[in-house]
Amino acid sequence: MNGDDLPGKAQEGPRQRLRIQFAKGEPLKYISHLDLARTWERIFRRAGLPLAYSHGFTPRPRFQIAAGLPVGVIGRAEWLDVWLTERLSPDEVRSRLQPVLPTGLEVGEITEIDLTAPSLQSQLRAADYRAVLRSQEPVEAIRARIEELLKSPTLLRRRRHKGGWQTYDLRPLIQSLSVQAGDDGEPMIDMRLQASPQGAGRPDEVLDALGLSWVLDRLERTNLRFEFDK
Amino acid sequence: MKIDQGLDHLLRSVCKPGRYTGGEWNSIVKDWDRCDVRWALAFPDIYEIGMSNLGLMILYDQLNRQESVLAERVYAPWVDMEQAMRSSGLPLFSLENRRPLAEFDVIGFSLPSEQLYTNLLNMLDLAGLPVLSMARDERHPLVVAGGEAVYNPEPLADFVDAFVIGEGEEVVHELTTAIREVKQHKSSREALLRRLAEIQGVYVPRFYRVSYHDDGTVAEIQPTMAEARLPVRKRIVATLPPPVTRLIVPYLDIVHNRANIEIQRGCTRGCRFCHAGMVYRPVRERPVEEVLAAVEAILRHTGFEEIGLLSLSSSDYSHIERLVRELVSRYQGQHLSISLPSLRIESVSVDLMDQLEATGRRSSFTFAPEAATERLRRVINKPIADQDLLAVVEEVYRRGWKTVKLYFMIGHPTQTLDDVAAIADLAHRVRAVGMRAIGPKAQVHLSVSTLVPKPHTPFQWLPLADEADIRTQQEYLRDHLRRPGIKLNWHNPQETLLEAVLARGDRRLGSVIYRAWQLGARFDGWSDQFKIEAWRQAFYETGLVPDFYARRPRPLDEVLPWDHIDTGVTKRYLAQEYEASLRGEVRPDCREQCYACGILAAFARERQALLERAWGCPPLQHHGVRREAHER
Ligand code: SF4
Repeated sequence: MNGDDLPGKAQEGPRQRLRIQFAKGEPLKYISHLDLARTWERIFRRAGLPLAYSHGFTPRPRFQIAAGLPVGVIGRAEWLDVWLTERLSPDEVRSRLQPVLPTGLEVGEITEIDLTAPSLQSQLRAADYRAVLRSQEPVEAIRARIEELLKSPTLLRRRRHKGGWQTYDLRPLIQSLSVQAGDDGEPMIDMRLQASPQGAGRPDEVLDALGLSWVLDRLERTNLRFEFDK
Repeated sequence: MKIDQGLDHLLRSVCKPGRYTGGEWNSIVKDWDRCDVRWALAFPDIYEIGMSNLGLMILYDQLNRQESVLAERVYAPWVDMEQAMRSSGLPLFSLENRRPLAEFDVIGFSLPSEQLYTNLLNMLDLAGLPVLSMARDERHPLVVAGGEAVYNPEPLADFVDAFVIGEGEEVVHELTTAIREVKQHKSSREALLRRLAEIQGVYVPRFYRVSYHDDGTVAEIQPTMAEARLPVRKRIVATLPPPVTRLIVPYLDIVHNRANIEIQRGCTRGCRFCHAGMVYRPVRERPVEEVLAAVEAILRHTGFEEIGLLSLSSSDYSHIERLVRELVSRYQGQHLSISLPSLRIESVSVDLMDQLEATGRRSSFTFAPEAATERLRRVINKPIADQDLLAVVEEVYRRGWKTVKLYFMIGHPTQTLDDVAAIADLAHRVRAVGMRAIGPKAQVHLSVSTLVPKPHTPFQWLPLADEADIRTQQEYLRDHLRRPGIKLNWHNPQETLLEAVLARGDRRLGSVIYRAWQLGARFDGWSDQFKIEAWRQAFYETGLVPDFYARRPRPLDEVLPWDHIDTGVTKRYLAQEYEASLRGEVRPDCREQCYACGILAAFARERQALLERAWGCPPLQHHGVRREAHER
């Protein structure tokens, strides 16, 4: 993970790079990004995958998770890249992973990609979220507030930054925002937020700006959008 | 009762919600309705500490291997979670099936230390159960407790229904059988306790009456029931059961985030202050092939990237060099770290660590001389010459470690200010050796704790040092160790006092613990949570004096509150060691020569079926001590 693993640097003969789609479900939503990374390392080790490691005093296994999920958020379609020192077919990798996944983690598509392809993080552009609410409020009322919010050119918010507070503009990070009623009439908010090296919008901030964070029932990230998706 | 809905909401507002969600790899969720005896295994500290405890994991494995038995874990909720649970009325629940603790047949607490006592009360209360044993009946789960602290169970006698003294691997099954039978016959709590009292190693405090002299010392401890044994002899397993290989893999970064495997139980060094060294006798080694096979299985089943080889004294494991050599050659290039704690101060230790840390950062190397003068090391029976120590330390620095960690204690018997000054002096000499070897990056980290004379050790009759003396000595060390490259850690004397009182107390202390808990005491081992005021008031209200328990030298013929608990090591042997200590006499490792501590006589039956060399004790016929060892 992290800087050590940037392609081209500190490689122990990686022969293959695999891109794995996965879902982080309800049982794991309270597990932090760092803890999830350690969990993946142990899953790979249980699966007996020939992981490539970085060099240096504390060699780290080479894999990168595209984007950290905030604690409490379910991930439907997350991605990671992993580097191996031996070539294995994606099917082989899947069949080794399947029996050693804990409840709450599922593996989807596995594809082989070029060893030198740019990192997932650098290619990430946006993320889609869905928030399911418990609100008694009619969907129309929420829709009106959303339209109001989308009309304003700026949406100044405060966030913690290096121990202090920093003001930033959330509005340009919101690419789309809408509400609809679910099967039982519960309001569901869908949003697409910028998620790129230049800045990422936080779904809880959007909900807070709409005055809805108190009635949030479930928050999930439904999709990640990359440069190469276009 | 359904815990889930309420829980999810609470978890959004607490720190580290992953402490309360379970679901880890290798955790076992059984069908609740298909099990007839249900254990909640409780560890009265936070998840990150409890999950690092191998003892609880062993019992979890033992119990869940039985088809109709289930065992689920529960740890103490941190203060934020406790508050959230109390204000929303959510009862304490297990991690696996998320069942309220009150629905289990039995709650088994693991108690490695005394600072966890108030947490035990608090967990019972959070479970909605009466905290006092006498207020519970067959409608409530049975509450049992075991672990290193309960070799003196008395301070918890009011709260725990039955204690398990000693090693739990076999006796848990006997408890399970008794619970099953009593449940089938719908017998009373009293009937269950009588049945349990018959099991060797089980102590049911309500079946014993303690009387006191006018001066407050114990006059007599007598059973009030035919079933109750006197003394209550600890349980041991003759041979270590196979190690747990399907260890639970935590999501959170726990304190010892690695796979632990016990390579040896017990220790024959005979350090006189050491509780574990006395109560875990005899020494039982795990065969090296078994360790190697288990490491292989553990890695396959867990994916851990670090293995900890546990024992009280790794250097004394007879195959340690072979084990390390084998592990290193098998796992080279597989990015596995191996930790080997408790190494003796000798060059072999440096060679071992050299192999284990052949690659990677060599951060620190730990030794525990415990005393800084050769004289005092003889008193505590941990002899090593200064020049040998310095030679080993030099080797450590030369081979690339930058930090040497040294553990010392103050408050040993016969200690003078010179012995304390010697700690500072030795630290300076170690640092000087480091400077010569590798220059100013050489570091010395000192941890100086205060001796708490523990029950069942040769020091059990000794008082805890006076608070003023402790403070003076700590100040001296602080003043003399303010140097670059040296770091000093010490312990709050008031926390030490509480530890000493709870370790050495009698059952009257129950009312103090109860009151302190009511006044908000919990997490007493956490300096930022320790509430001295609550304890002060509890002592004041109950009229018990802490120093009576902690700081009173006890005569050799006093009845000690834990005298009815038999660790197999005789009081006579402890007294001999105590006297030898005051004379500054060393007794070398008893694997070479048996001193008839009593363990062989106490467990003659267990040993019978074994090979002579199965335990660390030498074969008796080769020494002239056979008769003595059996004479009790
Ligand atoms: S019986 Fe003898 S050899 Fe065994 S632990 Fe006791 S003193 Fe040591």
